[in-house]
Amino acid sequence: MINFRLDRRGLLKGGLAAGTMLAAPTILTRSASAYTNEPTGSNVVLGFNVPQSGAYADEGADELRAYQLAVQHLNGEGDGGMLNTFSSKELQGNGVLGKKVDYVTGDTQTKSDAARASAKRMIERDGAVMITGGSSSGVAIAVQGLCQEAGVIFMAGLTHSNDTTGKDKKANGFRHFFNAYMSGAALAPVLKSNYGSDRKAYHLTADYTWGWTQEESIAASTEAIGWETVAKVRTPLGAGDFSQYITPVLNSGADVLILNHYGRDMVNSLTQAVQFGLLDKMVNGKKFEVVVPLYSRLMAQGAGENVKGIFGSTNWHWSLQDEGSKAFVKSFGQAYGFPPSQAAHTCYVQTLLYADAAQRAGTFNPCGIAEALEGFEFDGMGNGKTLYRAEDHQCFKNVLVVKGKDNPESQFDLLEVVDEVPAEQVTYAPDHPMFAGGELGACNPGA
Amino acid sequence: MIPETVSVRDGTQPGAGAMDVFLLQVLNGLDKGSAYAMIALGLTLIFGTLGVVNFAHGALFMLGAFCSVALNKLLTLEKIALSETEMTAWGTPLEIRTPYAEAWFGDFGAWVIDWSVPLSILIAIPFMLLVGIVMERGLIRHFYKRPHAEQILVTFGLAIVLQEIIKAWFGANPIPQPAPEALTGMMDFGAAIGMDAGNVVYPAWRLVYFLFAAAVIGAVFAFLQFTTFGMVVRAGMADRETVGLLGINIDKRFTLTFGIAAVVAGLAGVMYSPILSPNYHLGMDFLVLSFVVVVVGGMGSLPGAVAAGMLLGILQSFASMNEVKAIFPGIDQIIIYLVAVVILLARPRGLLGRKGVMES
Repeated sequence: MINFRLDRRGLLKGGLAAGTMLAAPTILTRSASAYTNEPTGSNVVLGFNVPQSGAYADEGADELRAYQLAVQHLNGEGDGGMLNTFSSKELQGNGVLGKKVDYVTGDTQTKSDAARASAKRMIERDGAVMITGGSSSGVAIAVQGLCQEAGVIFMAGLTHSNDTTGKDKKANGFRHFFNAYMSGAALAPVLKSNYGSDRKAYHLTADYTWGWTQEESIAASTEAIGWETVAKVRTPLGAGDFSQYITPVLNSGADVLILNHYGRDMVNSLTQAVQFGLLDKMVNGKKFEVVVPLYSRLMAQGAGENVKGIFGSTNWHWSLQDEGSKAFVKSFGQAYGFPPSQAAHTCYVQTLLYADAAQRAGTFNPCGIAEALEGFEFDGMGNGKTLYRAEDHQCFKNVLVVKGKDNPESQFDLLEVVDEVPAEQVTYAPDHPMFAGGELGACNPGA
Repeated sequence: MIPETVSVRDGTQPGAGAMDVFLLQVLNGLDKGSAYAMIALGLTLIFGTLGVVNFAHGALFMLGAFCSVALNKLLTLEKIALSETEMTAWGTPLEIRTPYAEAWFGDFGAWVIDWSVPLSILIAIPFMLLVGIVMERGLIRHFYKRPHAEQILVTFGLAIVLQEIIKAWFGANPIPQPAPEALTGMMDFGAAIGMDAGNVVYPAWRLVYFLFAAAVIGAVFAFLQFTTFGMVVRAGMADRETVGLLGINIDKRFTLTFGIAAVVAGLAGVMYSPILSPNYHLGMDFLVLSFVVVVVGGMGSLPGAVAAGMLLGILQSFASMNEVKAIFPGIDQIIIYLVAVVILLARPRGLLGRKGVMES
């Protein structure tokens, strides 16, 4: 007969033993995985971190549409979209590395802390092996830092600040979207041929990382074509009424107003600049002009009639006639009934590039993927021949100079492509002063 | 952060000397100030009568702006026909859209669409009155006897609900509302007040907005001053209990006052829509500033709210001038709060505040 007596010491011993046994499998699995969230089942989870609430919710919704389309194409549903035109033929429409692609979504709210929290949740709770998306440089830089620490890849969405692949670049972060320097380099020759080289420019700039780098880039490239920078005025984010900043332009002697604003700020400042009759003025014997260096479709829709004739730049536009763009517009249009925005395009392309890199590397290990993306040259994704530069993880490709259309046919047809500036013209050295100050560092596989 | 100095005019531009710039900034300030004043007027009216701190008042301004969006959308509802020959880039037949209003009424339809912003005043008045009354009867009256902190929480929550409803319906993107063609140009304000022509030209719609605000504010004051209803409301503001003891149903009148405050905020929003493209967040942008206006003007003081609205609008404009920013970088971002601190230190009840309001 067994005499089972439970005393204090016995309980302690038993508890310790049980605890060790329970903890053992976790310790084993932890040491077994080579990197954060190594997919062990039949699927792989991607984390789409887009603004679902807040000012950029509409742009976020378009990004999400593109991501869902990309996932369908990767899993072999739909018409395959750009997989048919992509120069790399590794992806077969049967998932990635034999695993079905799944996704989770997070809401960045276009706030750095909220975006980090949702990315963290997707990594820790949902097991996302890659984070992508976003509509602001502040958010992109914050999430990129988080992904570097957590050991997952970050495929940036819409972020235009030089800093994302400049002083804040990270080994685990990659950007397909163009940047402020490229906007300046692409715009300057077009501005010169349209407005001449004797101009006085007045900058109104959103007071945060993106605004500062765009102001610096555009001022540098316009000064290089002979323009004089009369003033650089910083405006608070979300100022609403910009009249008090526009009035001083009237008697500054400037004949060009450059609006380094994005989103709602741009909609308001442009609308009000037009209301104040700037475009009807003659200054220094020349017609007054307004330039919006970074355009988006949503901004053009928000500003309505006021964008007519105003120059700017974009990463991509649905009216492009290359095979890649046509394929993407066709699948997106058939799925949703309207053409995709540039934000949708860059997010779709980033997902395919990530999947392709994993397929080529034969692993979801961030270090393997980074190696596969670094120096990768591809075509058929809508911007001509493109290079993912190893030194800073920035894509170098053609940039579009666009102009507000005089007679738009629909609310999606507000911009016309004036020039497709070749990649060579917008390429800069990796140690260019506007991008200096940061280190890429080593890739972090986490775990 | 220090902006570069602005180059001296090279003389090729007509006029625009220091005095003209000063005048232009005053106009900018009055314009902004009119919006602040109209919102603050309603806020202080509600506070004075019902004792409620209404954080949903900015949302009422936003709802007003969306009255003009809604009317415009209604008028520009489009008849969609599929083209037989042309195709979209993704291979479906192209849609040909014509607004019903134009298809049915021709030139008159086009005129109505052009004037849709001022015309939306006609729908904004009954709509905002209804919203105000429903809000007061349905929710806010249950919080009269609760602490101010709870009133703030519930009205702030209501503001978020309202803006999310608008976002779900109209999207997050700003929706442009052009002013009528005839009022989109510039007006020579300088010439109108006897200065040289061409020096002080100002967008016509903004002048219209200022005049409109002056009329609305004037009407509210006249209503409170010269009608029996207004007299009772003013008496109620001074001593609610005694008015109640006289056998007057003060609650009913206060409910209507809430409705009137909602209408004033709504009208301010309707006419502001060509200046700032309406978006769901518009109310929050104005709310905080309007509260500062109320506090600076003196809680519960109607003339104080108007005076403080104009004063802060003008100060904000001057603080944004390059000459000022060169001396105090970033002053434009804090000026309102700085002035509020100074005024409250010097006059703790605000500019025209009465003794005993919000003091126990």
